[in-house]
Amino acid sequence: MAPVQSAAAARPLPVRKTRRSWTGWGFIGPFALVFTLVFLAPIAYSVHLSLFQDRLIGGTTFVGLDNYQRALQDREFWEGVGRVGLFLVVQVPVMLGIALLVALALDSGRLYGKSFFRIAIFLPYAVPAVVAALMWGFLYGTRFGLVGDIDDALNTTLPDPLSPGLVLASIGNIVTWEFAGYNMLILYSALRVIPASLYEAAEIDGAGQLRVITAIKLPAIRGALAIATIFSIIGSFQLFNEPSILRSLAPNAITTSYTPNLYTYALSFNGQQQNYAATVAIVMGLITMVVAYVVQLRGMRKAA
Amino acid sequence: MGSPTTLTSEAAPAPQPRRTPAVPRLRTRRQHHVARPRRSVLLTALTGLVVVYSLLPLVWLVVGATKTQKGLASSFGLWFGGDFALWDNIAETFTYDDGVFTRWLLNTLLYVVLGAGGATVLAVLGGYALAKFAFPGKRAVFAVVIGAVAVPGTALAIPTFLMFSEMGLTNTPWAVIIPSLISPFGLYLMWVFASEAIPTELMEAARMDGASELRVFFQVCLPQLAPGTVTVLLFTMVHTWNNYFLPLIMIKDPDWYPLPLGLNAWNAQAATAGGRPVFHLVITGSLITILPLIAAFLLLQRYWQSGLAAGSVKE
Repeated sequence: MAPVQSAAAARPLPVRKTRRSWTGWGFIGPFALVFTLVFLAPIAYSVHLSLFQDRLIGGTTFVGLDNYQRALQDREFWEGVGRVGLFLVVQVPVMLGIALLVALALDSGRLYGKSFFRIAIFLPYAVPAVVAALMWGFLYGTRFGLVGDIDDALNTTLPDPLSPGLVLASIGNIVTWEFAGYNMLILYSALRVIPASLYEAAEIDGAGQLRVITAIKLPAIRGALAIATIFSIIGSFQLFNEPSILRSLAPNAITTSYTPNLYTYALSFNGQQQNYAATVAIVMGLITMVVAYVVQLRGMRKAA
Repeated sequence: MGSPTTLTSEAAPAPQPRRTPAVPRLRTRRQHHVARPRRSVLLTALTGLVVVYSLLPLVWLVVGATKTQKGLASSFGLWFGGDFALWDNIAETFTYDDGVFTRWLLNTLLYVVLGAGGATVLAVLGGYALAKFAFPGKRAVFAVVIGAVAVPGTALAIPTFLMFSEMGLTNTPWAVIIPSLISPFGLYLMWVFASEAIPTELMEAARMDGASELRVFFQVCLPQLAPGTVTVLLFTMVHTWNNYFLPLIMIKDPDWYPLPLGLNAWNAQAATAGGRPVFHLVITGSLITILPLIAAFLLLQRYWQSGLAAGSVKE
């Protein structure tokens, strides 16, 4: 690895010889076209929807910001936001912490059977959320599931992972299981491209492993860490699949407004309130963007 | 998980008492240190805990697929029951309910080939354009795409459903395939990868020789983009193969279900009045669903890992 790295470092910076012309549009045109259809048009359409209401008398009428006012005062909605907020604050650091420690362990070169570890920890990412939730749902079962098996074998009564008090943590466990390996791989890839010359310099300066990690490795993967954090935040706010599937096992613990996404789904497909559902989705999108943006800014400030 | 201190407790270099001249000793020490550090049993064991956590549910799934519906309830989850019913279960999974599982498998393949395949083509073309051309509106394209990534996919799903519904596309395969064609992450990865992998001089040389832009792309650049393309293809494949929310909204007709939706329907069947629980088929079907993706990741490991590493060079 080392010779390749230093050769790359020695190569002069490529001169940008790109010509400004419309040719690029020929290549990005197809993407832009479909993107407009499935991203921009629905965003515009949902803003449009959020300004109207379906009324029994008079049909669809323009109501200005009434839907937004309703959303701001909607307890069910804000309880859902609070739940995913709590989820985010606990689950994302745990998951990224595991991912980071494993990535550092793999990168240290001190593990036996490194490639097995790398792929084994990544594998859950290939499992569909539906299958993951079904599997863990079975494992969580206190009567016939693994929790029940352990109770039988050890004559214990473990707390029910699907009870209202624990179900959010149980969902957090499923999400951590699914994505820790994926994030590990992103961080590990970033660690792999740190030039070996930096380590050599650190060694000459007499830096220990901990110092190498804090002074070289962590700053070098800041960008990858920021991307992983932002994607995880977006994922938390979008929480839908796992609670939606576990709902059949724990209908009392997981309500139809358990997360904002379950709520919008219930509003538009069971409640026929498409206009209000669009409003809730927009408010949630704005909250997500603001939080992601603030986290990104904080990350940048630390870097400076 | 292991704290930073456990990571470093093994790290102190053991003194190397050797009677070799100064310069070679420096070299052996450095090799020992940078390229080949000592392996650590403790660190391996700690990381092993994460491996156990990652693999345990999958072991449970494999074991569960060998059991009958009755055996599932009466035997310990992580060990084989009395009867080995794997082959029966596989046969029943494919034949139950007039072989609807086969239909779901073919649907999923259709969505993956057209959706993930198309998404990869669009991402490669778009990423190449962003990396290698200056064109009017480039900055705007970039800002809009990055901004749109932060919009929750589910926030878009409902308006997309309503739009598609008015266009008469819902309940058809197109409702799943068209939204799958866009992968902002794929575009980003391809953009970074193309910036790294294609020397602009090579393109200039080909143009000088009179090659058209299309020819430059197909004959000069595309081969260089192979590892990045494989990476994007695998990740869009996983996304499409595993997608649940989009088809849940778009598809009402079970004949057009992809596998995850079908499996969930089988699972929910036990809860409906008079429904027969088929948990052994849910479990065997789940195993069959994840095997192709795991196989793809294992077989193509070398390609996608190098593609991902190149993708993270940019700071």
